[in-house]
Amino acid sequence: MAILVGKQTRVLVQGMTGRAGTFYTDLAVRYGSTYVAGVRPGKGGSQHIGLPVFNTVREAVGETNANASLVMIPAAKAGPAIIEAIEAEIGVIVCVTERVPVHDVARVKAALKGSDSILIGPNSQGILTPDACKIGVMPTADAAPGVVGIVSRSASLTSEILAQTTAHGLGQTTTVGIGGDAIHGLGFRTCLELFRNDKATKGVILIGEVGGTEEEDAADYLAATDYGKPVVALVVGRHAPKERRMGHAGTLSIFGLPSAAEKIERLQSAGALIATDADAVAPLMKKAIDGNS
Amino acid sequence: MKLSEHLSKELLAQYGVTVPVGRLATTPEEAEARCREIPATKYVVKAQIGAGGRGLVGGIKMAATPSAVRSEAARLIGEALVTAQTGPAGELVNSVYIEEAVDIHRSFYLAIAFDQHTGEPVLLCSDRGGVEFEQAARIDPGIVRQFTLTFDGSDDMAALRRFLAETGVSDNALEPAAELAMAAARAFFANDATLVEINPLAVRVDGAVLAVDAKISLDTNALFRHPEFEALDDGQDVPEQERIARENDINFVKLAGNIGVVVNGAGLGLATNDMLFDAGGDPANFMDIRTTTTSLQMARGATMLLQDPSVTVVLVNVHGGGMTACDTVAEGFAIAYARAERKPPVVVRLAGQNADWARTMLKDRRLPIEDFSDMSSAIARAVQVAKGGRR
Repeated sequence: MAILVGKQTRVLVQGMTGRAGTFYTDLAVRYGSTYVAGVRPGKGGSQHIGLPVFNTVREAVGETNANASLVMIPAAKAGPAIIEAIEAEIGVIVCVTERVPVHDVARVKAALKGSDSILIGPNSQGILTPDACKIGVMPTADAAPGVVGIVSRSASLTSEILAQTTAHGLGQTTTVGIGGDAIHGLGFRTCLELFRNDKATKGVILIGEVGGTEEEDAADYLAATDYGKPVVALVVGRHAPKERRMGHAGTLSIFGLPSAAEKIERLQSAGALIATDADAVAPLMKKAIDGNS
Repeated sequence: MKLSEHLSKELLAQYGVTVPVGRLATTPEEAEARCREIPATKYVVKAQIGAGGRGLVGGIKMAATPSAVRSEAARLIGEALVTAQTGPAGELVNSVYIEEAVDIHRSFYLAIAFDQHTGEPVLLCSDRGGVEFEQAARIDPGIVRQFTLTFDGSDDMAALRRFLAETGVSDNALEPAAELAMAAARAFFANDATLVEINPLAVRVDGAVLAVDAKISLDTNALFRHPEFEALDDGQDVPEQERIARENDINFVKLAGNIGVVVNGAGLGLATNDMLFDAGGDPANFMDIRTTTTSLQMARGATMLLQDPSVTVVLVNVHGGGMTACDTVAEGFAIAYARAERKPPVVVRLAGQNADWARTMLKDRRLPIEDFSDMSSAIARAVQVAKGGRR
């Protein structure tokens, strides 16, 4: 089992014929994911790296029953592309594009309301269910099927922790990068809910950082829930100077940035196990899972 | 990207926000001459810096006469103002903005931004406007009230007036305040702003409203839609190292320590610095090599770090991902190291995509590296070297 994506997922790629689109589609297919179509206005009817290309998402869905989309469209046009996927009722939409204008993302959020689509990103490395489905740009060499769910705001740090869970024999159910932008789709809270309902997931690793409100939302959820599985949290940026923005685009800091220390305290009092640093995450999770069984 | 006060007001005025009459000056002489163009009996002289909090540290001064304007301008221009938002070095004042002094009956705070949770555009309003607002809002966020806006200006004006009345705007000012809020919202949407902030929004006894101070932040990711602002985004307000880094697709923040760090990804960068501090070390910088960085850009970033006299050891901590592979960073770093005059010791830890290839590359080019397989050991060694430990 896993969350959001698995063997049943049929992926189409918006922007598949571009350089990055071609490269990452090819990697994902080689990894064993089911990719069924590409979308590129004006190139409908053609084939690209063995997949049919359609002019619109709706057409592609009609012909191929695609139920997920990877958006690899340049920042200026990414927002409208996501909205097209929402209107075509795609279930899981993953946008890896960086630097999408915040006004465009806000309009995407408005389009998401009242729809059943889930947006991951933008500025996300994607989602990976090992040996079943990869939608995104993350490396897969160190991934292995297993029992830990990972949800994170960063990419390279996630690769690091994912590799550690594999090295400790834990493996992953699904790894989700929610993206580093201030306004984004899927958040920590919903991911925690999904992992809670996933029987195969024995514990969840949450990787947060200074800025934003994701960790606070997660803490509120954990405090109000009998979660039933260990949650190990790593929040980085404890030593980041307050007046400077480091890390991801973070928050519109009208009323000051929430510090990493505040987030850690909140998560800890909500019952999360706090990893002191990046190297401590997998050992802590292993201990928690072994102690639970 | 933050617009200075006078540019913010100029922009807001184009959309119908009422602002005081003002003039910009870069010298005391100019300040004295230009304030005579303002029909006023009393003036206010305001330091033009990007950071807020200037009112509390002498950045805003009243002046009764043009010669008083001149001496206040002389005092401000060329000085660095240290406010709660600038950091210890402060921000250099290059110009002052002179305005007619406004008789304020009541001060409000008014802002337009996106709600972090919902992504909805919202109008934020408080009856506690003025220099103490930020502090007051931090202590009690409840003093700020929120009204959800539409994207297309089809807002319910009766509901907006009700909201403003509940915030404390008097009856005679409701109509002009609602109109000003809508004008500010038009400016927010039309310019891809991330924040339009008016503080204080002055209400006069007769009900007239006026944006006495204003600040606009624009989304740099949307500058392609606003070429008119590109000239303003010249990076003059950032330190040289950070500007060079930015030009080379690297996020960089200068810090006070002596351990130069080369890391890919913001999260890993923050994690690395946390671990360095915890191990008793002191990083010289925060670095986040972006996924789109080329090895040549990487080399320029590394050169900058190697040239920095405060850097006594370099820690390279890279987890190669789907986009930035280890060899890209290693190649860039090797180029920089070969050319550098300063050659501080280097501790590396490479993992993930193409880590072996990168390690081979560094060794083949005979870089004097110490190589570790996990983060904790590499960090412990870097701290030891930084403290003068033997190599």
